[in-house]
Amino acid sequence: MTAVLSLSTVCSVHAQQAQPWKSIPIPQLNAFHPQQPKRIALPNGVVLFLQEDHELPFVNGFIEIRGGSRDVDPAKAGLVGLYAEAWRTSGTATKNGDQLDDMLEAKAAKVETNGDIDSTSVGWSCLKADEDQVFAIAIDLLLHPAFDNQKLELAKQGAAAEIVRRNEDAGGIAAREAEKLVYGANSIYTREPEIATIGSVTVDDLKKWHDRTVVANNIIVGVVGDFDAAQMEQKLRQAFEPMKKGIQLVAPSEKFSGPKPGVYFVDKQDVNQSNIWIVGLGTERKNPDFYALTVMNEIFSGGFSSRLFQKVRTQLGLAYSVEGAYGASYDHPGIFRVVAGTKSASTVDATQAMLKEIDNLKTQPFTETELQNAKDQILNSFIFRYDSKEKILFEQVKLEFFSYPPDYLDKYRAAIEKVTTADVERVAKKYIDPSKLAILVVGNSTELGTPLDKLGKVETIDIAIPMPAGMEAPGGKGR
Amino acid sequence: MTFSFRSALCSLALLCALAVSAAAQDLASFEKRITTKVLPNGLTLIVCERPEAPVFSFWTMVNAGDANDPGGQSGLAHMFEHLAFKGTKDIGTTDYAAEKVALAKVEETYAAYDAEYRKRVGRDETKLKQLKADFDAAVAAAQKYVIPNEFTEIAEKNGATGINASTSLDSTQYFWSMPSNRFELWAYLESDRIMNPVPREFYKEREVVMEERRMRSDSSPVGRMLEQFLATAYVAHPYGRPGVGWASELSQITATEADVFHKTYYVPANIVIGVAGDLKAATVMPILEKYFGRIPTGPLPEEMTTVEPPQRSEKTVTIREATQPFYIEGYHRPDYRDPDDAVYDAIGDIFSNGRTSRLYRSLVRDQQIAVAAEGFSGFPGVKYPGLFSFLAVPAQGHTPQQMRDAIHKEIDKLKTTPVTDDELAMFKTRSRADLLRGLADNQGLAEQLVAYQMRYGDWRELFRQLDRIDKVSKADIQRAANKIFLESNRTSAMIEFEGPKAPAQAAGGAK
Repeated sequence: MTAVLSLSTVCSVHAQQAQPWKSIPIPQLNAFHPQQPKRIALPNGVVLFLQEDHELPFVNGFIEIRGGSRDVDPAKAGLVGLYAEAWRTSGTATKNGDQLDDMLEAKAAKVETNGDIDSTSVGWSCLKADEDQVFAIAIDLLLHPAFDNQKLELAKQGAAAEIVRRNEDAGGIAAREAEKLVYGANSIYTREPEIATIGSVTVDDLKKWHDRTVVANNIIVGVVGDFDAAQMEQKLRQAFEPMKKGIQLVAPSEKFSGPKPGVYFVDKQDVNQSNIWIVGLGTERKNPDFYALTVMNEIFSGGFSSRLFQKVRTQLGLAYSVEGAYGASYDHPGIFRVVAGTKSASTVDATQAMLKEIDNLKTQPFTETELQNAKDQILNSFIFRYDSKEKILFEQVKLEFFSYPPDYLDKYRAAIEKVTTADVERVAKKYIDPSKLAILVVGNSTELGTPLDKLGKVETIDIAIPMPAGMEAPGGKGR
Repeated sequence: MTFSFRSALCSLALLCALAVSAAAQDLASFEKRITTKVLPNGLTLIVCERPEAPVFSFWTMVNAGDANDPGGQSGLAHMFEHLAFKGTKDIGTTDYAAEKVALAKVEETYAAYDAEYRKRVGRDETKLKQLKADFDAAVAAAQKYVIPNEFTEIAEKNGATGINASTSLDSTQYFWSMPSNRFELWAYLESDRIMNPVPREFYKEREVVMEERRMRSDSSPVGRMLEQFLATAYVAHPYGRPGVGWASELSQITATEADVFHKTYYVPANIVIGVAGDLKAATVMPILEKYFGRIPTGPLPEEMTTVEPPQRSEKTVTIREATQPFYIEGYHRPDYRDPDDAVYDAIGDIFSNGRTSRLYRSLVRDQQIAVAAEGFSGFPGVKYPGLFSFLAVPAQGHTPQQMRDAIHKEIDKLKTTPVTDDELAMFKTRSRADLLRGLADNQGLAEQLVAYQMRYGDWRELFRQLDRIDKVSKADIQRAANKIFLESNRTSAMIEFEGPKAPAQAAGGAK
């Protein structure tokens, strides 16, 4: 306290305002050697990662399987979601899903199946004492799934409810339609399940998908928790070594040319706020410019102090939610997106402010202070990428899944440290092209005030949900 | 979608956090790692040592939320929460002495504008315009001293992640995580904003919060419905008001009102702060005392007088609009201090927890009329008598009325037939597991310890609640169900799909 006060007195001689925080000591961070998981590659292609963590007496594991919704026949869009749901609820050849529910819940344990764009998975979580029994259930589900038609029908009901409700939430509509603008409406990354496509999925489709994807060389297993790694390795070897190889799924190649520039509008008359998405094609993490782009992102939109937040929220008070990034994915291009929600009447003002900030990336020089703040922000919070044994395991599995080097995080850190303002300026000039962006507004046409065509020619997007004849939403068709 | 693989892992992480045991993580083990202290000014501190990685998280909880907003000022507690990121007398300003004068001028000109604006009779539009211009000029003058977002910038530069806050009807909480060598810097920042908040950029931030309201309430069908549901369920208690505030009131809140709120409720004795992570109590407690000890003491705010009167008959809200159907109903229940608190937890668990739950099995799996259904406590709050609510999302082609009938059938069963031994045992096993659900990381730990310390006056209650849970009997469940699940104690709200009236809307449409 005394130190703080006396220093602020000294400072006030030089500056008008005291800055007491600058005199607070920041000691050396305690040494930290994050524990890496043990990696074991089985001859058949299954890769195991084991991470001991004895803080709590439980074990969590997952079996990650290559192949997801992007690998499905478009006529069957929604198959992976139905598969992931019916897989677990159907249960195994010897124990149906309801019986599994009773057994597991009584132990406060979980075995769940999930489906995603590039993978499906079986996960389990239980007390250490129940590990053998719960793991056996997970493996039984992997090797002997039952795929029951009744459970598939139940899953379809849930999926249908999601489809007819997908236009309730303006933010959800905007996110979905923005991705369609960037990747294309029929892209493997954006196609939507429809009532008709989920209706066509059969139990046989689920079985075929399972047989196609659940093969040894498609599988990565991760286990973290209170176990002995040598014993766990034995157990996993016994379970996975007999598995047969198959065809490994690789990321499907699809070429993207980015959105057709223009202004797109979705009319939603029960809202008083517009969701604005300005979008373009992003990049992949493999891109050597990824690090400079990461620093650019931080300056542009990385937090309260970023340019976009400062301008649109703090200075103009035009939005609560405002964010953006030149996105990078692991095995396909991400999306460059700049997003805000603003009251209907200020839609055009907010969009123009956002466009201006995008433009400024090319015209407003990056200062050394901006660079330093951004790098400090990334590097000082870097430890949160690996501050738990579980996070370290997840990171290693992710790198394995996408065939990135295991020391990626270390290299990432070093690469960020090297980024200069010249680098950021170069990538901003190279990748930010306002003429290649699409502007999407989901809002209320009756309240907009300034017409949207002030931003350019407006194309209205029809988001009506195709409903098969004889199947209407309660009281009417989906909107 | 782009980062789908990551989200798959995240969902798994959530799943992982679900099931843990209390065996090695009992009260005795935590006694050794936890140090508490009440400072002379009344502020309570909790330090939990968890040296897993050189980081820590903090959780600051103020025992005041939007239920404490004065009449006509709904949304004030939340508005103040936003203000707490705007800096202090030292942070975020180039010259506080001059800024203070300028901010006083902002308030003065706003009050003059506001007085004219609110005139019901004889408002002088020309004068109003002039007063608005005066106010705008005062705002511009004050803005010159602002270093925008300097408070959060300092935190961000020093590695803070998850910088955020939340305001419920019951309380306000602030939190983030940081590398542990920034502990003293954090203690300075946090104590300074509690002690010296400055209402800079207030009226612009009010616009930001209005946007938050538009996003969460106005533009969401369920958001709109829940607002009407609560406003109907409560006739006297502020639990009937939306936390974010009614648009008219929120849009007229002043910095002067926020200042009064701060003086009343942000007194040290009304605040508990917890830190968890790679910290040694012996080292950090003196730092905490140094920074938080300087906050001047103040009297504890008066307790609220309002008690919701007993409901006399069922109340119903039906929203007919072109959005998908939805159903919710709620019954008034006692607050968290009630001896039956754990009994209501049991009912919530048996009705809602997972695929073995009664509502899932009945409405979703067997009758196939709903895609999701649950019964739960804690809404809209726990500090004062809240609601025990049931909600159901109708499956395609099914109506809110069917949800209602099916839920009532399940409630009747609960009132007339004891739950099974298995159901009761499952509740107790899962409660023990769920207890630790939030304790497996620093932020969860800090949050739980602080919440129990504030609600019960002792963090140990977090573990001791297991005793109350163990004592719950089948007879308790039947008794509690018969006590509150009464028609006269019920409020229900539903959305019924009604297609747009074509002629009326076509005129304004863009298509």
